[in-house]
Amino acid sequence: MRVVFLFSAFFSILALATITMFLFVSGVPFIAKTGFAKFLFGSDWIPLADNPSYGIFPMIVASLYVTALSVIIGIGIGLLTAIALYKFCPKKLVAPIRQMINLLAGIPSVIFGLFGMTIVVPFIRDYVSPTGVGYGILSASLVLGIMILPTIVSVSLDSLNSVSNTYYEGALALGATKEQATFKIMLPAAKSGILAGVVLAVGRAVGETMAVIMVIGGSPERPTSLFQSVRTLTANIAMGAMESSGDTLSALIATGVVLFVFTLILNVSFSLLKIDKRDKADGKKEKRGTKK
Amino acid sequence: MNEFIGSMDITAKGCNLYYGDFHALKDINIEIPEKQVTALIGPSGCGKSTFLKIFNRMNDLVEGCRMEGEYRIGGVDIFDKETDVNVLRKNVGMVFQKPNPFPMSIYDNIAFAPRTVGITKRSELDEIVERSLRRASIWDEVKDRLRKNALGMSGGQQQRLCIARSLAASPKVLLMDEPTSALDPISTGKIEELMEELKKDLTIVIVTHNMQQATRIADKTAFFLLGELVEYGNTDDIFTSPRDERTERYITGRFG
Ligand SMILES: Nc1ncnc2c1ncn2[C@@H]1O[C@H](COP(=O)(O)OP(=O)(O)OP(=O)(O)O)[C@@H](O)[C@H]1O
Ligand SMILES: [Mg+2]
Repeated sequence: MRVVFLFSAFFSILALATITMFLFVSGVPFIAKTGFAKFLFGSDWIPLADNPSYGIFPMIVASLYVTALSVIIGIGIGLLTAIALYKFCPKKLVAPIRQMINLLAGIPSVIFGLFGMTIVVPFIRDYVSPTGVGYGILSASLVLGIMILPTIVSVSLDSLNSVSNTYYEGALALGATKEQATFKIMLPAAKSGILAGVVLAVGRAVGETMAVIMVIGGSPERPTSLFQSVRTLTANIAMGAMESSGDTLSALIATGVVLFVFTLILNVSFSLLKIDKRDKADGKKEKRGTKK
Repeated sequence: MNEFIGSMDITAKGCNLYYGDFHALKDINIEIPEKQVTALIGPSGCGKSTFLKIFNRMNDLVEGCRMEGEYRIGGVDIFDKETDVNVLRKNVGMVFQKPNPFPMSIYDNIAFAPRTVGITKRSELDEIVERSLRRASIWDEVKDRLRKNALGMSGGQQQRLCIARSLAASPKVLLMDEPTSALDPISTGKIEELMEELKKDLTIVIVTHNMQQATRIADKTAFFLLGELVEYGNTDDIFTSPRDERTERYITGRFG
């Protein structure tokens, strides 16, 4: 029996190791062959030309834009939602609203994509876009922003709830309004937890593929506008993966390596944030205090 | 808008309070004089904290809490529509049983209340912080580490910090709910001395389980039992010649 347990525990580690190995063994040599700088910072992606070029810089930029904007949208709405659920809406409504937000988290991303394609993109095209193009960074960010809402809402609300209510009462007893108590005391106290949630959401936004493909257009062009067909790293891999072989496939895997490194960085910062949260009580802040 | 000016005596008339169906305070009438220390004593669950929290309207936060009666501080009806609850709470400070400094620097703790009324000038805040800490006789202990996190202080220091934090809102009444029950005797002594000093300008109402503490610091004492105010009078009289047999049994420790 013990062997079974051990093997099960070992299984995920094995999976992680295999995926990492696969990515690096097939991806890194290709990056080396193309040239590190040329691959990362090259601006042309024409894998099928006679004289192919594999620059993914436009897609890195697009990924960063889409991620940043969607996270801004997600944090903006999500944090306010969490605060509303925290102290500013009737207690009876909190549980049902949370439940609904959690349902949102369960919707498959392809359905978000469909929603984006049929509602968001036409809306942006007809009412927002100055160029008459609906596809692009704004549409993708809106759809992604909605997708990461549940993460941000639930992590933020949990962090707020885990802050001792005695702070809240203390603030009110000093004549602070509910808003002042929440924004000046509770929110700062919940900061590190909320930040961890944001990092988690960033991870999801960076990695999301299906919904993004359906609303971003797909041209491997350097983004210069929010309303322009572009391509993210994930979209690049998924759009090419079906019919590629040889060098093109290697280029896609190399794109995967870059993506992998991105998410690795996010994961590490997530863990660091968690450690920081644990350390906070014992002294880190004090050190900072004495310097001043 | 009702303002709190002039004397700061506290009165409650026909006070009844319910938590849902539970009748927690029964027909209480009391007049608490200004600039004195009044102690509320009584066995656990008799409604002391509940009664105390009426006067800074912290019971407003409790769902299902219902009240009847008339409550005045310095003549102002504290539940009147014209009374701003936040102004009331600035005038009626509260110190909790467990010290609850905010997880931020000592300075920011004290500056919190002044900042909520829009004071941002550095020199002005500095002055309020120093004055409040001095009044809570903790200035000398913390003046070199105002920027340090308040959670790094000892329990006794934290409680005096909380008192200083209340004082920074310039209250005229201070409600204290067992402020020393979590503290060692030395810290307790310091806070008792402090109250002696503060009552020159403030009306103080303190809940305590410690009979000696009540006799040491309180000018008046009110004995509560099962939601009723059994006896109220000068502390000396209550402890030397109680009129009610239940009071006598409680203060001599022969209760229930
Ligand atoms: N939020 C609440 N909801 C319902 N009942 C409550 C609530 N707060 C207090 N009570 C009840 O009201 C009664 C009085 O409580 P209160 O906290 O005022 O007592 P106390 O005299 O301060 O006791 P202690 O000395 O233990 O602090 C108790 O029976 C308590 O169970
Ligand atoms: Mg109590």
